[in-house]
Amino acid sequence: MNKSTSTSLARRKELYGNDIACYQRMLEIREFERVTNELFASGSIRGTTHLAVGQEALAVGIASILKPDDVLAGTYRSHAISLALGLSSHSVLAEIMGKATGCCGGIGGSMHMCEVSVGLLPTSAIIGAGIPIAAGAALAFQVQKSDRVSVALFGDGSTNIGAFHEGLNLAAIWKLPVIFICDNNVYGEYSRIDVTTPIEDLHMRAESYAMPHFALDGMDIHAVRKGVTEAVERARSGGGPTLIEAKTYRFSGHSRADQALYRPEGELEKWLERDPILVTETNLIARKKITMEEIESMKESTAKMIAAVVEEATHDPNPELSAMFKNVYSETKGK
Amino acid sequence: MGAMRFRQAIVSALADEMRADEAVIFFGEDIASAEGPFKTSEGILEEFGPVRVRDTPISEMAFTGAAVGAAMMGLKPVVEIMFIEFLGVALDALVTEGAKMHYLSNGELSVPLTIRASVGSGLGFGSQHSQTLENWLAATPGLKVVMPSDAQSAYSLLRAAIQDPNPVVVLEPRILYAERGEVDKNIVATIGKAHLRQSGDQITIVASGQMVGIAERAIKEAGLSADLIDLQTVVPWDRETIRTSVAKTGRLIIIEEAPLSGGWGSEIISEVVRSNFSDLKSTPFRITTPDVPVPFSGDLEARFLPQVADIAANFAYALKNSDAPAPWWVEEGLSK
Repeated sequence: MNKSTSTSLARRKELYGNDIACYQRMLEIREFERVTNELFASGSIRGTTHLAVGQEALAVGIASILKPDDVLAGTYRSHAISLALGLSSHSVLAEIMGKATGCCGGIGGSMHMCEVSVGLLPTSAIIGAGIPIAAGAALAFQVQKSDRVSVALFGDGSTNIGAFHEGLNLAAIWKLPVIFICDNNVYGEYSRIDVTTPIEDLHMRAESYAMPHFALDGMDIHAVRKGVTEAVERARSGGGPTLIEAKTYRFSGHSRADQALYRPEGELEKWLERDPILVTETNLIARKKITMEEIESMKESTAKMIAAVVEEATHDPNPELSAMFKNVYSETKGK
Repeated sequence: MGAMRFRQAIVSALADEMRADEAVIFFGEDIASAEGPFKTSEGILEEFGPVRVRDTPISEMAFTGAAVGAAMMGLKPVVEIMFIEFLGVALDALVTEGAKMHYLSNGELSVPLTIRASVGSGLGFGSQHSQTLENWLAATPGLKVVMPSDAQSAYSLLRAAIQDPNPVVVLEPRILYAERGEVDKNIVATIGKAHLRQSGDQITIVASGQMVGIAERAIKEAGLSADLIDLQTVVPWDRETIRTSVAKTGRLIIIEEAPLSGGWGSEIISEVVRSNFSDLKSTPFRITTPDVPVPFSGDLEARFLPQVADIAANFAYALKNSDAPAPWWVEEGLSK
């Protein structure tokens, strides 16, 4: 087991049954995305980036329920789920910076995270691509008589692509142990959902596949944990797939290029009142699990930690030229 | 004449065709209200309205298939595929349906469809958003594939593509969108005709897309007198221009952005060896990217693309020797 694998696993295990650790991970994601955005804006990172500010509760909620050997197929909006599943901020930021120390050796970039030890399959930059792939992973678990499950995490825009419908149908008829989690953040790229989709309650689409489905409050980690637990239990016990629609909101634009000027007035402000960090804080304080002082000190130490990560990753080596020729084909039979 | 950016040349060509012909409609993801993620449709919705200019859901299979259907029924759809990789889910509609409708209707139906897509490496978009993929399409009879290299060809080729009664794919090198160039709006390209960009007698160099500008710089650096042929149409490619040039120079080098295996350059070399064997003074060869997915990290992505210095050195080699140089990755022992 290499260092990054053991770190990722340890970070993952911290989340199990630990509300404070979950909250802390959400803070880490928030600060990570804020700093990443700054680095892109200042031109010190090339390419593109897709932030998940406002969607932390969903990522951490999922990661705190799945086992490390369950797998997840995600998208180009990859940083939050990667950090939640256990990848270190250093490993994710180094990847975004194209450094040899990144989780994919700097070959992938912001849209392509992977860490097999905690179940993160390579995230895809193609809309909907992960949905049939997650179904296929679940097929393997079913054939192998394992109790592992797979998750496809995707955005609302993906529900208009063929792979969504074909993937759900296949999973339903084969009763695959897969959980489809639609992160409905209201916008598909630059377009609001009502422009592209005739319904806003996307979980209803599972009706056509006779698949259990429900919506949950994606801004509330407890709601996420409860819903994901129900679906995971069903999948593990042979009950087949579930479509979960997590109602969230993308606080940032679609990508680096997008200032999100198309939002209706007041919409962002309304959702900001339900900021998942705020919702979690309020809950933890009400339950006397944490004090304001502890929160402040946690935020401070998180900011320091991320600043140190930026410093470290900035000085990390770039990959050798030979790296681009590696891993084009597998050398090991059956892998 | 006037100077404009490559992306503005695309807007102009589209607008001119939409003014000239009411049958031209335009749709794609975020092309209407947002005016395109790369600003390639600025002002189009405003001028032509929501009946002819439509945002689509993220549903390439649906809107490419719909474009084929609409084209057969008398419209001339132009659709935008944001990144060429997104065409993957719509290949059936284009390759298996659209490209064969004329053939399978005994010539009665036509598919005057234009697909525009941004392509290519150099901007740090990673391995799933940086390919050119012209070779996927080039092996499909019934499809035409063009690739502009500057603002003028972006304008002229798009107008020609929209006017063509067949499905035409226009592959736009994304890295060139912001480049400026002179555009003469009286020039409408002829699909299937290459553009002789500069004339010389030592070597024939054929390039397409962003490699044309790089080839031009390499010719300058090497101090050569070369014919630089901007291929412009990958299928059906211009046999006459290339044969005539090789008959003059006796040397042929092809520069492609696509990976080594399966490229259109092999097709051209194979044909030229057949037709102009006795003219050849040295082995024709190709300069391409290696057979790897496009890497993200900056230094790697920069090295992935053929560089001016490498190309210039290869030119010099071709003049000095009668054989072909090995690719850099073989020279450096990095790959076979």
